Amino acid sequence: MHIIDVNSQILKENSRLAEENKKLFAKYDLHVTNFMSAPGAGKTTVLEETIKRISSKYKISVIEGDLRTSIDSERIEALNIPSYQITTGTVCHLDARMIHNALHDFKLEGSDLLFIENVGNLVCPADFELGEDLKAMVFSVVEGAEKPKKYPVMFHSVEVVLLNKIDLIPYSGVSLEELISNVKEVNPSAKIFPISCRTGEGIDEWIDWFIGKINSK
Amino acid sequence: MHEVGIAQSILTIVEKEADKSGASNVKRVKLIVGEFTGVVKESLEFALDIVKKNTSAQNAEFIIETVKLKTYCQECDKTFIGKDDAHFLCPDCSGILGIVEGKELKIEFIDVE
Ligand SMILES: Nc1nc2c(ncn2[C@@H]2O[C@H](COP(=O)(O)OP(=O)(O)OP(=O)(O)O)[C@@H](O)[C@H]2O)c(=O)[nH]1
Ligand SMILES: [Mg+2]
Ligand SMILES: [Zn+2]
Repeated sequence: MHIIDVNSQILKENSRLAEENKKLFAKYDLHVTNFMSAPGAGKTTVLEETIKRISSKYKISVIEGDLRTSIDSERIEALNIPSYQITTGTVCHLDARMIHNALHDFKLEGSDLLFIENVGNLVCPADFELGEDLKAMVFSVVEGAEKPKKYPVMFHSVEVVLLNKIDLIPYSGVSLEELISNVKEVNPSAKIFPISCRTGEGIDEWIDWFIGKINSK
Repeated sequence: MHEVGIAQSILTIVEKEADKSGASNVKRVKLIVGEFTGVVKESLEFALDIVKKNTSAQNAEFIIETVKLKTYCQECDKTFIGKDDAHFLCPDCSGILGIVEGKELKIEFIDVE
C-alpha cells in the first residue's frame, strides 16, 4: 500500500488547451465570445440579430456546437458569415479540445470577432473554459424567475446575461423584476439586458455594451 | 450529464500516476468536488463505475468529498458557508461576495499497490 499525493486538477488538460486557444486567438487579434444557455433560449437568434447589426463594421466568424445537425450553422451561413459546425454526439457541452480541433480546419485569419454558440444546456458548459474573452448567457424569461437560484453556476460564471423573449412576458405571468433581482443575487456584477429578438427591444443596448467591451480589450 | 467526460479525465490522470509509480493496481482514489460546479456526486459515481472497467483502477474505491460553497466579504472580513441559496451579496454591507471554496474539481491522492 502506497499513497501518492496527486493533488491534480481534474480539468487541467482542458485548462491547458484553453490557454493554447487563447494564445491563438491573441495571435489573430480576435475577440471571442462564448454564448451559453438552456436549449432553445435563443442563442442562434441572438447571434443572427447581433450579426445583422454589426457585420458591416466587424468581420465575424461563428462556431456552432450542437449534439446533432448543422441547422444552426446553416442559419448563420445564410447571413454570409463563415460558420463551422461542431456536432458533439452525446457530449452536452463544448470543451477546449473541440475548439482546438475546429481551428485546424476553420481559418480565422482576418476575422475580428468569433462567436461560439455552446450546446444548449443550463449546467455543463459552465465548467469548461474555451479560451474565450467573454462569457455571455442567454436566458428565456418564460422559463421562470426562479431559475437563476436553481441553476446558479452558469449565471454566476458569465459577465453578461441577456434576458430574451421579453415580448412573451404578458402571456407568461413571469415577473421581469423578480427575475432580474434573482440574477443579481446570484451574480451581482453581471450586466443584464432584457431583450426581444422578435421586437428588437433592448438589442441596441446590448450591442452598445458589447462594442464597448470589444474596444476595451 | 458531463460526468462521463469528467470520469474519463479522472481515469486518465489516475492511470498515468499509477504507471509512473510502477503500480499495477489502484486501490483507492480520493476526489474533491465542489458543490458550486456542474458535477453531481451520484452521477459521477455512476460514471466512474463504467469508465474504470479494464483499467488499473477497475477495483478501486472512489471516495468523493464534496465541498460546500464558501463565500467571503472583503469589506466585513466575514465568511459564509453552505447556505442553500447561492447568494453573492453580503447580508451586512451588500458588497459582492467572492468564492473561497466550492469550485474544486480535484484528485487529492491515489492509493496503489
Ligand atoms: N417570441 C420570441 N421568440 C424568440 C425570441 N428569440 C428567439 N425566439 C424563438 O425561440 C426559438 C429558439 O430559438 P433559437 O435561437 O433556435 O434558440 P437556441 O438557444 O439557439 O436553441 P438551441 O441551439 O437548440 O439550444 C425559435 O423558434 C426562435 O424564433 C424572442 O425574443 N421572442
Ligand atoms: Mg442554436
Ligand atoms: Zn460585507
